[in-house]
Amino acid sequence: MHELSLATALVEQLQEIMAREGVQELVSVTVAMGVLSGVEREALEFCFPLVVEATPLKGAILKIVETPLCFRCPRCQREWQAEKVDFAPCGGCGSAPEIIDGRDLVIRSLEVT
Amino acid sequence: MCRECGCLTHVQGLDPDHATNPDHLRDHGHSHGHEHDHEHGHDHGHDHGHDHGHDHVHSHDRGPLRTSSIGAVSPAHRHLSLESRVLAKNDALAEANRRWLAERQIRAINLISSPGAGKTLLLEQTLERLQGRVNCAIIVGDVATDNDARRLRGKGAPVHQIETRNSCHLAAGQVGELLAHAAPVGTRLLIIENVGNLVCPAAFDLGETMKVALLSVTEGEDKPVKYPTLFHQTPVVVITKIDLVPHLDWDMALCRQNLRQVRPNVTLLEVSARSGLGMEAWIDFLENWVA
Ligand SMILES: [Zn+2]
Repeated sequence: MHELSLATALVEQLQEIMAREGVQELVSVTVAMGVLSGVEREALEFCFPLVVEATPLKGAILKIVETPLCFRCPRCQREWQAEKVDFAPCGGCGSAPEIIDGRDLVIRSLEVT
Repeated sequence: MCRECGCLTHVQGLDPDHATNPDHLRDHGHSHGHEHDHEHGHDHGHDHGHDHGHDHVHSHDRGPLRTSSIGAVSPAHRHLSLESRVLAKNDALAEANRRWLAERQIRAINLISSPGAGKTLLLEQTLERLQGRVNCAIIVGDVATDNDARRLRGKGAPVHQIETRNSCHLAAGQVGELLAHAAPVGTRLLIIENVGNLVCPAAFDLGETMKVALLSVTEGEDKPVKYPTLFHQTPVVVITKIDLVPHLDWDMALCRQNLRQVRPNVTLLEVSARSGLGMEAWIDFLENWVA
């Protein structure tokens, strides 16, 4: 259940950003969640309101967009998406691909007043 | 949810009346139906996968925002776009640990496995065999007890414990606070025994030189594809309890194939800490790795 730690880290960082940007109220935050981030979406959605409850962010909405797993072939630059992790060789040239996106949990944007 | 340690209970305890339905979140009364798709094509070219600490905010006032059903929301609403990892703070602490270790030529392993994969027995045997060959130090992450730490003491390596209490993973800050004590001058190999769990520890960089996963033959061969977030990050996987193979349906070729699916260049070591089978190869590997 590391989603509670993630929600806590998220809220701490949001408060820092808001202080720095002089933001009064957070309406919503959009977070991009890679399919390989290891984050359980429902658990994060469950924890976020619990964590904001005791903060000035109370009532803020968490929006999660899922980032697909993106592979790229380092040789022919071909890129493709996948549902699951599978390092099958590049369909174009047979090289071993690398993952370029879909691993991270990232704050994308804040809707503020 | 953390399937391995089932610690959701701690969270439910926080507020039993709170709606567990994720729809609760979306039904909160605001429904600005706009979506935006910023394409931030950042490169994760390096094996490590994290772009640490970029945190630049672009503020753009967009005027009245369009929504699908409610009409324009208040013009006072504005959007801040950024690209900042949620665990940026942990990442920064992990980088500090990594630097601290590198300055002292200490190599660190973050050892991750399910509960019951034989981590402590493997460590006991490892310390005994490395005594006089490599100066080791151990940090043990354990939920409540110090049983594991006690088993590892008296084998020539300092052992420190981090009691994680409700948490099912170690975080970089906990390791950082302990490093100067836990890894004295002359240490070459620091092994951090993470909390028994395949999910949560995979998300938290501790500043280790590499993650190593243990997988016992009593677990399924499909664990690597069930937990790709972890096994994708482990250049070395140690298959444990191989003395039990004759009694099981363990399919080593299938396990290897599953591991390569999520980590093509993975190094596999097969050991039995109980019988000693494969232990010399593991010890040689460690000795060469820190040399
Ligand atoms: Zn290619």
